[in-house]
Amino acid sequence: MAPMHIVIWVVEGTWEGCVDAARRHFPSDSRFTLLHVTPLEVAEAADAATAGLFGRGFPGRKPHRRYDDIADEEASSLLAAAAARVGHPDAEVLSRRGRVEREVIHAVADGVDVLVVARDGDHARLGPKSLGHATRFVVDHAPCAVLLVWPDETPGIESIPTPKHGPPPPPPPHEWRG
Amino acid sequence: MPSPLAETLAVLLLIATLGCAIVRPRGLPEAVVAVPAAGLLLVLGVLPLGQAGAEAGSLGPTIGFLAAVLVLANLCDRYGLFEAAGSWMAAGSRGRPVSLLALVFAAASVVTAVLSLDATVVLLTPVVFATVARLHLRTKPHVYACTHLANSASLLLPVSNLTNLLAFGASGLSFARFGATMALPWLAAIGVEWLVLRRFFASDLVGRGDAREVTPLPVPVFVTTVVGLTLAGFFVTSAFNVSPAFAALGGALVLAVPAVVRRRTTLQELAISIDLPFLAFVLALGLVVKAISLHGLGSAVAHLVPGGSGLGSLLVIAVVAAVLANVINNLPAALLLLPAVSGAGAGPVLAVLIGVNTGPNLTYVGSLATLLWRRILIRRGEELPISEFLRLGAITVPPVLVATTLALWISLRVMG
Repeated sequence: MAPMHIVIWVVEGTWEGCVDAARRHFPSDSRFTLLHVTPLEVAEAADAATAGLFGRGFPGRKPHRRYDDIADEEASSLLAAAAARVGHPDAEVLSRRGRVEREVIHAVADGVDVLVVARDGDHARLGPKSLGHATRFVVDHAPCAVLLVWPDETPGIESIPTPKHGPPPPPPPHEWRG
Repeated sequence: MPSPLAETLAVLLLIATLGCAIVRPRGLPEAVVAVPAAGLLLVLGVLPLGQAGAEAGSLGPTIGFLAAVLVLANLCDRYGLFEAAGSWMAAGSRGRPVSLLALVFAAASVVTAVLSLDATVVLLTPVVFATVARLHLRTKPHVYACTHLANSASLLLPVSNLTNLLAFGASGLSFARFGATMALPWLAAIGVEWLVLRRFFASDLVGRGDAREVTPLPVPVFVTTVVGLTLAGFFVTSAFNVSPAFAALGGALVLAVPAVVRRRTTLQELAISIDLPFLAFVLALGLVVKAISLHGLGSAVAHLVPGGSGLGSLLVIAVVAAVLANVINNLPAALLLLPAVSGAGAGPVLAVLIGVNTGPNLTYVGSLATLLWRRILIRRGEELPISEFLRLGAITVPPVLVATTLALWISLRVMG
């Protein structure tokens, strides 16, 4: 049987959990690919803010490094850290730039068995919403199986607050004795 | 020239001036159309020389002030102030994204207030972007915070925004009184932005950056001291009825001389950072708008905005100013609206500022006109996912407008 192809979606802040889950859940002879996507809109927002200033963009300044260059450099260093954590000599790395959710979907469209995705946001409790916009799109649209993991420790079931208007809590045990 | 014809000509020239400023054909400075437009209005007598002289006389000190602040901010960058601030934010946050966002909020609010929104957009934002990216955290909340606060935190001082400088001349307020009145609205704007952004980006404020390898850079003592003294100088000069522009000029000179001697910068770079073409553009734009105001549109605008300082009037003024700023950019909006309300006291003038300063966050480029042009340019390449940014604008601007106007109303009542 051919080894499984596992794509690990590396996102800032949650990637370690994905890598660890992939190591835990899949055989070590699987083919691992680490994928990072740089969103287009952050650099655009930063660049475009100067357009609102009309021409007064401090013309005398030597241009700082472009946002895209910094983003590329940090994406490479993040992927290198993720590859080291996978600990697999043949792990591939893929760095893309674009609309994040679409790039991820396209990257797993062909011959991928499982995409490993982390939940977003505050993960001290279960729910109520643990998927950001891009993650939700990917989970909804992924053309392969998805392993959805908590980025670090999985919160306990008691972290779900009891509903205010839900069914009443079970009566205390002593009432049952009588 | 009959008034309707004169008015039509002046409006057409304003459209041409703004169009050139937005499109920047071949990267030419905005002044290329603005200055001839103002000249034409003078030659044809649409704008009488006396009126033009008066307008230039009142805009002159404002433009000088702007030039000094631009040079000051540029020198702060050359002395490494922003780079140091980036290292302090990274170390102070210990890699926690929410703490980092709080520090970015503090830095962007202070830099905008003291060194103007230009400094935040052009000098601080790249540093914030690199700082967050290096911690391997998601950059979006922090970068969007910078671009938003550059507008909404530009309410505090006359130097914070070019629109404030324009209003400052007309308001008759002292520097200290301006700051004292706008302190509460400024805090209200920052508070609302915090509440909204913190929730809006909850899913992106995640993880823990490795801040162990970040060493906070030493405080650049000289530049920090000079900026502090310059800030104090704004209040002192104004208290003695001297233009605070001299404090800015003094600060810029004190920083510039050693910077040139030690080759942190060059005379040529300093000269360019004054941005003469832009200053000429502001002056010419002011003259074109003056011509429009003289021939009827001024009184039309005056009818559009109420003159009172009641909460309702202030809200209407702020909303009208925000809408106008979004249509034609905040600079011409301020030039058009300020004369209409300047007779009515400080309240309406400051309400105009609330609208023209915080309103541009509705689009992420300052005005609809600029946004449309940018879309046309970008349409050729890949389409950008900016709907999130527009959604953020739509949910922040209305509450910011209401909260800051309410704060202004309270401020005015407390200050008497």
